Amino acid sequence: MQNLIDQFFNIAIMSKSLPLMLSGLWMTAKLCAAVILLGLIGGLLLSLANLSPRGWLRVPAILFTDIFRALPPLVLLIFIYSGLPFAGIEISPFAAVVLAFLLNNSAYYAEVYRAGILSIGKGQWEAARSTGLSQTQTLTNVVLPQAVRNVLPDLLSNTVEVVKLTSLASVVSLSELLYAANMARSITYNASPLVLAALIYLVILWPVVRLVSRFQRRLAA
Amino acid sequence: MSGFLTTFFNVDVMVRYLPDILSGVVVAVLIGAAVVVAGVLTGLALACLRTYGLRFWNVLIICFADIFRALPPLVLILLLYFGLPGVGVQLSGPMVLFIVLSLTLAAFAEEIFWAGFLSVERGQWEAGISTGLGVNGTLLYVALPQAVRLAIPPLVNRVLAITKMTALGSVIGVSEILSQATTAQSFSGSATPLTLAAIAYLVLLMPLVLAARTFESRRDKSQGR
Repeated sequence: MQNLIDQFFNIAIMSKSLPLMLSGLWMTAKLCAAVILLGLIGGLLLSLANLSPRGWLRVPAILFTDIFRALPPLVLLIFIYSGLPFAGIEISPFAAVVLAFLLNNSAYYAEVYRAGILSIGKGQWEAARSTGLSQTQTLTNVVLPQAVRNVLPDLLSNTVEVVKLTSLASVVSLSELLYAANMARSITYNASPLVLAALIYLVILWPVVRLVSRFQRRLAA
Repeated sequence: MSGFLTTFFNVDVMVRYLPDILSGVVVAVLIGAAVVVAGVLTGLALACLRTYGLRFWNVLIICFADIFRALPPLVLILLLYFGLPGVGVQLSGPMVLFIVLSLTLAAFAEEIFWAGFLSVERGQWEAGISTGLGVNGTLLYVALPQAVRLAIPPLVNRVLAITKMTALGSVIGVSEILSQATTAQSFSGSATPLTLAAIAYLVLLMPLVLAARTFESRRDKSQGR
């Protein structure tokens, strides 16, 4: 039992590795900010292309969405990070991670937006258009606010997935939270830093997971 | 252009390393299948247990589902793989991958099945019990079929996500598709094996993506808008 506590819940090692972990957490926050923000915008544009009546816009968009839903994000990341240099394109780990997860996540966000936009009745479009609003005004002032409200739980749960996803950046040596923890583990020969990382993720994400569950229950009721 | 082709689509390299990638596919499919079966069944069992409304068990189930939905699987994978040997438990890479991914899938599946159970109205339970089916019979013959039917579309998405996560095995030396590809990449000095790996995943997972899409368009139509 004492052995177990020493190996996983060693307070001395945890507090010693805390500064390293906090700088990792800062990197995780920067990654999340970039991927979530760009993903929300990219996903919206992609979903509009997905729903477009114009074939030359819709077909590539659907293809893009399907391909990036099928590819594991880690494969995408390794491909970009260690594949592109072979073609003479050097890319920083941060840029590689943002690009890989952006490609992956805009496809997921697009699906969420698409469901939201489709949940708004045709009558709303017709009514807004007949009051003299243009197509774009109808979309931004009438349809999107309602669509986003309808799919808020899904947007939120996808955002949780993004935060979890950023832990993969440790594989390409970007010094985010998990990388820092694993580094501390290999220096101290002790798993406590990994437990601390898990606790940090839990503290940040558990409330959001709870919130999503509650949202979904209210929508179901 | 030809430089791009020889970097990412070098035919000689493809032919040479195709067997390695295929052996990775076999490993990924085996682990993926085991994870899906174990995860879905565990999630279903937990959701069923939750319908009995036993307070102690429900708190445990909810905590389990929340924790495993909030934690990044890679954290757990590293924790088990590097942490357990320190207390004298040595698990192989594939075993760690199987345990972590199954538990993660079980947590999501439990929530999905539970949402299905919630959609079954109280009256149906009362009706089932009053016809003499008993609580177990009502669960099995009335509530479960409806919950499972509702659960299938979101479950397909989760199964897709968890199958993709078998790629995380490359971090702890499981010789699945990605780790075969990165090994081949460093031996051949070409990015082509990575292209092969991407193609392998596309072939493997596109059917699931298309299935998910079919369910989604059916849902969009059934909303009738």
